[in-house]
Amino acid sequence: MLSITCPHCGPRAEVEFTCAGEPVRRPDATAPMDGAALAAILYERDNVRGPHEELWWHRHGCRTWFRVVRDTRDNAVLP
Amino acid sequence: MDHSFLSIARNALSGHEGWPRAWRDPPLQPAYDAIVVGAGGHGLSTAYHLARDHGIRRVAVLEKGWLGGGNTARNTVTIRANYLREPSMRFYAAGIRMWEGLSRELGYNVMFSQRGQVDLVQTWAKLRDVKRRQASLRLLGVPFDVITPREAKARVPLLEIDAPSRMPVLAATWHPTAGVARHDAVAWGYARAADAMGVDIVQDCPVAAIRREGGRVVGVDTARGFVAAPRVALCVSAHAGVLAATAGFRLPIETVPLQAFVSEPLKPVLDTIVNIPHLATYFSQSDKGELVIGGGADGYPSYAPRGSFHVVEEAVGAMLSLFPALRRVRMLRQWAGSIDLCHDITPLLSPSPVEGLHLSVGWGSGGFKAIPIGGKALAHLVATGTPHPLAEHLLLSRFERGRPLFETAGASNRL
Ligand SMILES: Cc1cc2nc3c(=O)[nH]c(=O)nc-3n(C[C@H](O)[C@H](O)[C@H](O)COP(=O)(O)OP(=O)(O)OC[C@H]3O[C@@H](n4cnc5c(N)ncnc54)[C@H](O)[C@@H]3O)c2cc1C
Ligand SMILES: [Zn+2]
Repeated sequence: MLSITCPHCGPRAEVEFTCAGEPVRRPDATAPMDGAALAAILYERDNVRGPHEELWWHRHGCRTWFRVVRDTRDNAVLP
Repeated sequence: MDHSFLSIARNALSGHEGWPRAWRDPPLQPAYDAIVVGAGGHGLSTAYHLARDHGIRRVAVLEKGWLGGGNTARNTVTIRANYLREPSMRFYAAGIRMWEGLSRELGYNVMFSQRGQVDLVQTWAKLRDVKRRQASLRLLGVPFDVITPREAKARVPLLEIDAPSRMPVLAATWHPTAGVARHDAVAWGYARAADAMGVDIVQDCPVAAIRREGGRVVGVDTARGFVAAPRVALCVSAHAGVLAATAGFRLPIETVPLQAFVSEPLKPVLDTIVNIPHLATYFSQSDKGELVIGGGADGYPSYAPRGSFHVVEEAVGAMLSLFPALRRVRMLRQWAGSIDLCHDITPLLSPSPVEGLHLSVGWGSGGFKAIPIGGKALAHLVATGTPHPLAEHLLLSRFERGRPLFETAGASNRL
């Protein structure tokens, strides 16, 4: 099991969290957008093999959202 | 070399030391008519069908490790067609028909055993869903019946249905054409048959990048140099995103760990596959007597083929809630694969944004069953440039059309 450090509660067991994966930048709501641009935002991911910036949610704790950089080759959480 | 009763007897007499190699170890040529990247089940089946159905024999299958060593070697071998969506049902039903003739076709025993599958239903919503599936599957000629808990118990005597339970078994389904096969034999059978038609399977040859000129693919850069081909098929499961990035596009795919484990060998206690979708676990018994058990996918993206222990604990807990007789069985070994989960759980068998580069990816937790039909359909796409009629729902373009095809039938989310 991974140990994830919540900025508020400190290191806690993975089961307390939900990983929401790659952060997605919200598009400019006023810009025109076609299907391909929307698909890129909604569905496509970089799916990085290596240091990966991702969103975690301390679901069963303080419910803070925060970013973690984790190496997807060995799951090591990077500073 | 065919595997007949006679040849086996003759080789037994000489201590099994006289068997010839099942496939060559050819040198890498500078150019091919088509390159398949990845010698898993899908890559090998694709190469086989390119040669057999379309006469394209100057084909290389480039594999970074050894053939069949990826998810094909790590899966729990469930073959079934009781999917959620009609195009999926149609596709996997055609797949089962191919499995039924596969050992004969390849001249290699893939040990396909149609022992049927029992799925346990523990909510009323799921009962409505399986009744709908029953109707749809019947229209397609696929046997799939809703049965009572008593009938399920008759098929799976180990199942406990009388003890008080928080989630009692309300009903079950019976899918008699579901089955299992021997994973290695599938890879080896396709490799041998493809090799015999002239396909070069080159192992220990990682592809580092897809090479394109303008909008077209021209070949791949490997650890042994550049290899040219006008057509490239990407069959690298978890690693598709890494190679797609070298060709300048992204995919709706995330790579996550999926675990499985086996028990110590037992006497025969189970002669079907049992799936408990609500509790995210399923199991069958191998010919060696081990219970082969799978759980849900891990909750984070990773290329590390391991996973967290609580996922194993949850699968075991779920199993014991309905099969308390297995309480004292010990577990023997555990492993994981890195699976390629598509956003809508439906795979991609599709042209890519780069002309001549085709994709077979997103098989996630369920692509073993699709090796015969997936290879046939991808070969059709690579050879003719048009999707196979059974695989039109697997195109990448469904996302930009706003029409993802949500499946829920993977081990990762088996509802
Ligand atoms: C634990 C587990 C249980 C499963 N259970 C089932 C099940 O019960 N039923 C079912 O139908 N499916 C199941 N699956 C899914 C199934 O195993 C896969 O969908 C299927 O094997 C995918 O086959 P493939 O040929 O696409 O991929 P793989 O078998 O993974 O082959 C891909 C190949 O590409 C190679 N490769 C990768 N990168 C490169 C590169 N850069 N250059 C060259 N080669 C490369 C890899 O080494 C590998 O050999 C399960 C999977 C797992 C992990
Ligand atoms: Zn917290």
